[in-house]
Amino acid sequence: MEEFKPRMGIEVHAQLDTTTKLFCSCPVAFGEEPNTNVCPICLGLPGVLPVLNKRAVELAMRVAFALNCHLHKESRFARKNYFYPDLPKGYQITQFKFPLATSGSIKVDEKIIRIKRLHLEEEAAKLIHLGDKTFVDYNRAGVPLVEIVTEPDITSAVMAVDYLKKLQKILQFTGASNAVMARGEFRCEPNISVSCEKGKLGTRTEIKNLNSFRAVKRALKYEIKRQKKILQEGGTIKQETMRFVEKAGVTRSTRSKEEASDYRYFPEPDLPPLLIKEEWMEKVKRSIPTLPEERKKRYIELGLNEEDAIIIANSKKASNLFDETIQQLDEPLEISKWIIREFRAHNEPNISPTSLASLVKMVIQGSISRIIGSKVFSMMVRTGRTPEEIVKEKSLLKISDKEALTSVVKEVFAENPEEFKDFQNGKSKLIRFFIGRVMKKTKGRANPKEVGRIISEYEQKH
Amino acid sequence: MMTINDYLKLFDEGKLTPEELLESCCSKIDPDLNAFITVTKERARNAIGSVDGKIRGIPVAVKDNINVKGVPTTCGSKILKGFIPPYSATVVERIEKEGGLLIGKTNLDEFAMGSSTENSHFGLTKNPFDRERVPGGSSGGSAVAVATGSAIIALGSDTGGSVRQPASFCGLVGLKPTYGRVSRYGLVAFASSLDQIGIIGRNAMDVGILLVIIAGKDPLDSTSVTVDVQDYTDLDGSLEGIKIGIPEEYFIDIDEDVLEAVIEIKEILQDVGVSFPSVSLPTSEFVIPTYQIISYAEASSNLARYDGVRYGLYHSGVNFSDEIRKTRNDGFLSEVKRRILVGSFVLSSQAIGEYYEKALTIRSLIKKEFKDALDKVDYLLTPTTPSPAFKIGERFDDPLKVHLSDRLTAGANLAGIPAVSAPAGMSRNNLPIGYQLMGRPFDEKGLLSIVHQVEKIKPFELLGE
Ligand SMILES: [Zn+2]
Repeated sequence: MEEFKPRMGIEVHAQLDTTTKLFCSCPVAFGEEPNTNVCPICLGLPGVLPVLNKRAVELAMRVAFALNCHLHKESRFARKNYFYPDLPKGYQITQFKFPLATSGSIKVDEKIIRIKRLHLEEEAAKLIHLGDKTFVDYNRAGVPLVEIVTEPDITSAVMAVDYLKKLQKILQFTGASNAVMARGEFRCEPNISVSCEKGKLGTRTEIKNLNSFRAVKRALKYEIKRQKKILQEGGTIKQETMRFVEKAGVTRSTRSKEEASDYRYFPEPDLPPLLIKEEWMEKVKRSIPTLPEERKKRYIELGLNEEDAIIIANSKKASNLFDETIQQLDEPLEISKWIIREFRAHNEPNISPTSLASLVKMVIQGSISRIIGSKVFSMMVRTGRTPEEIVKEKSLLKISDKEALTSVVKEVFAENPEEFKDFQNGKSKLIRFFIGRVMKKTKGRANPKEVGRIISEYEQKH
Repeated sequence: MMTINDYLKLFDEGKLTPEELLESCCSKIDPDLNAFITVTKERARNAIGSVDGKIRGIPVAVKDNINVKGVPTTCGSKILKGFIPPYSATVVERIEKEGGLLIGKTNLDEFAMGSSTENSHFGLTKNPFDRERVPGGSSGGSAVAVATGSAIIALGSDTGGSVRQPASFCGLVGLKPTYGRVSRYGLVAFASSLDQIGIIGRNAMDVGILLVIIAGKDPLDSTSVTVDVQDYTDLDGSLEGIKIGIPEEYFIDIDEDVLEAVIEIKEILQDVGVSFPSVSLPTSEFVIPTYQIISYAEASSNLARYDGVRYGLYHSGVNFSDEIRKTRNDGFLSEVKRRILVGSFVLSSQAIGEYYEKALTIRSLIKKEFKDALDKVDYLLTPTTPSPAFKIGERFDDPLKVHLSDRLTAGANLAGIPAVSAPAGMSRNNLPIGYQLMGRPFDEKGLLSIVHQVEKIKPFELLGE
């Protein structure tokens, strides 16, 4: 039996995290009233001209560097012509023959996936179908996108998802894109072919409508199976665009006439070639934040175990907080625990490194207990106040004063005469019971070590 | 001949008021000539005295493919029905800031595609020298407005000769500046890499006065350039010792009257110390095919936005394809449709290599040839058109004849260099003849200086003077 091997390439569109659109100064925003962030330029009124957003170029350059691409000092814009109601000018400004960057690579699952090209282009408008009517919201029209295309180097659905996850992290860490899939900021269109001849590619299909990593995995697995089955039965694969039907978990032919379309690409005459000077390149290179892999390495060197290092390095927010906090308090191990337990449990809230550093410091110095510390953290998140303020206001500092603690201990003995008798008669296990009672009475503020010392004095007296 | 400066002097001396000048201009608007699509007399009147600029109180006409905020832009087409731009073109803003009064929007061939101003949804425009003849095009309305005195000066657009050719047919000075010298923001695009806003005036000085105002870098037009704006009104520099090339290819198949008139200009200039070496531009025969392919290709894309979804004419249909088909079929005239069809074809994957890409290669050859020629000489002198104004209907809707009069002008657009047409004299049957000068990039001052000094030696009689 011949063995059919799948080969996949993926085209990703990611929204660049700029404040304004690619060719006009309209704000980029999510979820606003339809057609409020529009102007003559992004509406394609007669007579308007595009002006390139430099920030978008810089963000795309960051991605190109992070993917080890060859960045071209001269790239060009082109027009992709087709009629659709979501396309205000009747063409999309994109890059075609001369993209911003080519020939990059990324390591996924210990294998190299080659990046074929990376280019800038503008987003189309959004169509809203209501009843038998279609409405157009141009807020998204002209939003900057970066398109990243791989060579067909991906050999399994799992690898495809691992690639996407890694690419998403890169986009987020470089600050290029928020890359939130659910908001359409990160979209992928994989193409798949299966073949039994080594080195030869079969006829490929493309899959659209993938809205989550889970969907990607399911769709690819299904499509590989579908193609294998056809080939095993002696059939041939039709080159076409498939649509993933989430509920049924199957891919279906879109039967669109799109295959036949001719986009009549030609150089965009309204924009001069995009020239990138050496100094600009260097400046952008320097501005790129370090990527998860490098961060993980550094964390392990700081003494974190690999698991913790990965968890922190994989979240941009967590690792930024970690990096900034250890600048202020050189206790990486302790800080990493707080980030992993508390910061993540609270859904990565906005807290300042200064606050976290002083909270951890209080715990290490023993001025508050770990349990109290955890409560303070919650209050910091809820109120946005500093740990010092919270501790002071709620009188949470530990009670270590012997006299004060002794009187509480005595109270507890008086309240539990039976247990106290047993304790004095040698049932020393009961010390835990008493410490617990004291802690409860002092709402956790008592220094448990000190309490234990005081209680055991009573045992010895006997 | 009165210049803008003379009018400003009359205003200052109290011998004329801007209201009187505006009234006089409006009274010269002749509905039979049909130069205007929209007259904005009220807007002009309201603007009087509001600013004190370089052209305060001077009535300016604007071709109706250049946006003026709040005034309909039609492009001579039905497809823009009801469209009122919410912004003004950069050139219009600059003119209004200097006190210019916008008197109206002038007729043109639909989307500036034509050389006769016959292809307009709003009817044809007639030549005031002979009403049986065309005024040239596509900026025919602007030329007629200035020739009849209904505007002191006007803006046009020049993609293959659309400012220079009507200027020559109407006895005026028409300047196509260097590509990038004047912002295109707000000019409705025909062929973006060739389009340039130009000026039609009664003399070189007026054109220079307006060019000072509209030239210069515009952050809204990425193809506009930062090269310094010169004083285009300082036109008396000596012409002695300059070299003007006579490209032989531009003197083939030219009417006798036209040849004689241009030779006379040459002789006038020889007398003031200009020398005339002969030069050769062998790629001239490819100018029109190259121009057609590139301009049609760009037009097919530029005109794709007129789909009825956001503005302009709209016909309902069973689906989007049906709607757009109906809308565009009704909205465009045949010349525009023809160019969109051919333009779409030359960009299609089966034809792009044979047509569009080849045209780009030839364009760069043409460009280089002009550069080499202008390295040897300072300027080039040619007729503007092979013949004076032709009869109405003579070339109408004939795709084989439509570019006959662009043959000598389109080269400057392909090369991006500045060119001017100015009056050379009258033909035997009393029609104006124009000569054309082309120069190095950004040497508009030199071109206007020559025209200005020829004017002094051989004044041209205008109709409305
Ligand atoms: Zn906008």
